[in-house]
Amino acid sequence: MVAATDTLTAPAHSGEGRSEVIAFGVMVAVLIVAPFFIYPLFLMQALCFALFACAFNLLIGYVGLLSFGHALYFGWASYLSAHAAKIWGFPPELAILTGAATGAILGLVAGSLAIRRQGIYFAMITLALAQMMYFFALQAKFTGGEDGIQGVPRGKLFGFIDLTPHTTMYVLVVVIFLACFLFILRIINSPFGEVLKAIRENEPRAISLGYKTDRYKLVAFVLSATLAGVAGGTKAIVFQIASLTDVHWAMSGEVVLMTLVGGLGTVFGPVVGAFVIIAMQNYLNALDQWVTVIQGVIFVACVLLFRRGIIGEIANLLRLKL
Amino acid sequence: MVEIFGIPSQALFGQLLLGLINGSFYALLSLGLAVIFGMLNIINFTHGAQYMLGAFAAYLILQYSGLGYWPSLIIAPIAVGIFGVIIERTMLQWLYKLDHLYGLLLTFGIALIIEGIARNKFGSAGLPYAMPDSLRGGQNLGFMFLPNYRAWVVVASLAICFGTWFVIERTRLGANLRAATENPTLVRAFGINVPRMITLTYGFGVALAAFAGVMAAPIYNVSPQMGSDLIIVVFAVVVIGGMGSIMGAIVTGFGLGVIEGLTKVFFPEASATVIFVIMAIVLLIRPAGLFGRTA
Repeated sequence: MVAATDTLTAPAHSGEGRSEVIAFGVMVAVLIVAPFFIYPLFLMQALCFALFACAFNLLIGYVGLLSFGHALYFGWASYLSAHAAKIWGFPPELAILTGAATGAILGLVAGSLAIRRQGIYFAMITLALAQMMYFFALQAKFTGGEDGIQGVPRGKLFGFIDLTPHTTMYVLVVVIFLACFLFILRIINSPFGEVLKAIRENEPRAISLGYKTDRYKLVAFVLSATLAGVAGGTKAIVFQIASLTDVHWAMSGEVVLMTLVGGLGTVFGPVVGAFVIIAMQNYLNALDQWVTVIQGVIFVACVLLFRRGIIGEIANLLRLKL
Repeated sequence: MVEIFGIPSQALFGQLLLGLINGSFYALLSLGLAVIFGMLNIINFTHGAQYMLGAFAAYLILQYSGLGYWPSLIIAPIAVGIFGVIIERTMLQWLYKLDHLYGLLLTFGIALIIEGIARNKFGSAGLPYAMPDSLRGGQNLGFMFLPNYRAWVVVASLAICFGTWFVIERTRLGANLRAATENPTLVRAFGINVPRMITLTYGFGVALAAFAGVMAAPIYNVSPQMGSDLIIVVFAVVVIGGMGSIMGAIVTGFGLGVIEGLTKVFFPEASATVIFVIMAIVLLIRPAGLFGRTA
């Protein structure tokens, strides 16, 4: 395969971390003001998917690995979180942590298999493993088959903060999202992150420099799966349901689409992409049947016409690093 | 009644035959994927949708022109193949210099479009497609009943698979093709029109998928999602076999179909997942795949 995946990377920029800090500030401000104008349930949905897309982007954007089966971690985490909250009576924070642990364990297993092959095979393996676990979800008793797990209680955070009102729930979702977002930012800008980018650019050279690239890839994979698990767990608590939709391959495709629309390998791209796609799904409800077709058209348009995505194009225009 | 390992032999051979049928489709589709990947370096995610298009083409040909199965078996693959050529000329050809992943993303998008349109036009429920009269009925082999149509599917796909293998491995055209896979620039210098060869290869791979679709139409219902479920299994087959060898794709396809059929007899709960489990085991033992040269 081609060694340098230069087309996947964001354009090189001279700007220091300044633009990132400003953009982060803008994002926080928007998230504080938004619930006064926009329905909080929509915002929470978009934020869960934004976190999911950021987790996915950590792999594709910074290690150059295309996982086509991220619904596996997202969906199974939401099942386990829902089960923990509903059947085991876990408080929401522990239920979400259960989701994170689910993502981590599944990520460790799937990741250690998938990193044995490169490039296109990696994508096919992750997709196939996700499909296998989809069938398990379909057959397993506790997932409720076609019905899913319904009526999951939101519960009381730390035992005393009732999450039933949307506003309280929204604050928790924002806190989780921002914490994970900062965590990802920290990973990307750490020495560990630099090694990941080196692997993305030229793996043989990274190996020749003495890095055990397989281990780096696996750790990145597990981190990504864990964060996808947090997203899935949070979504289960917010919407009080875990269903087959979230483990289906179409969900894996959707997160790829969000990241692609926003901009592969940009920090803020996946967030913007998730909001755009979720908004599209919500406001184009009348076009219900055509949503898949529209998504397909966006895929094609993104790949052929603007591979940098929304944020990538803006960043390129302003010569900033976003 | 004769029993083998405590299973009535009728059931065992019946499932084996079903396995061979599934294996035929795995082999035809993974063959097409391997041929396309060899020349274009693209994993054709649209393959499942094109298989579905083949089945729908047969259905529509019957509806609107009254032409039956046999003409469809020729017309549908050609029509879908031309559609493939158009996709290659208008979209895929711009991606060859980019990372492989963009090819996957683009073809995934095209698959979503085709599937979405099919679902809007025809609904999600399957449409029946009648078996050709000439292949109705079956033979009693003594130990089992062999429906003629199923025998035909296995024989036809074996013939197509080996025909393809022969053309690629044993003819001058195939030699040019393999040379162009190795080193396109050099082959162009010899005066061979490589871009046209690439286009036609894609068209041929797509036509193979459509051919499989027409053959599948009388067995399974014609439905918009028939391709997407299958293509993921075929991906696993391709990972197991490795895309380096044509023969590898054929052998793996049929072999896994049979294994899946046997699983249905002995451990039915696992029949949907067995191929994925085998993929995981192969990745542990032989990461490059059974017939793969290097990872």
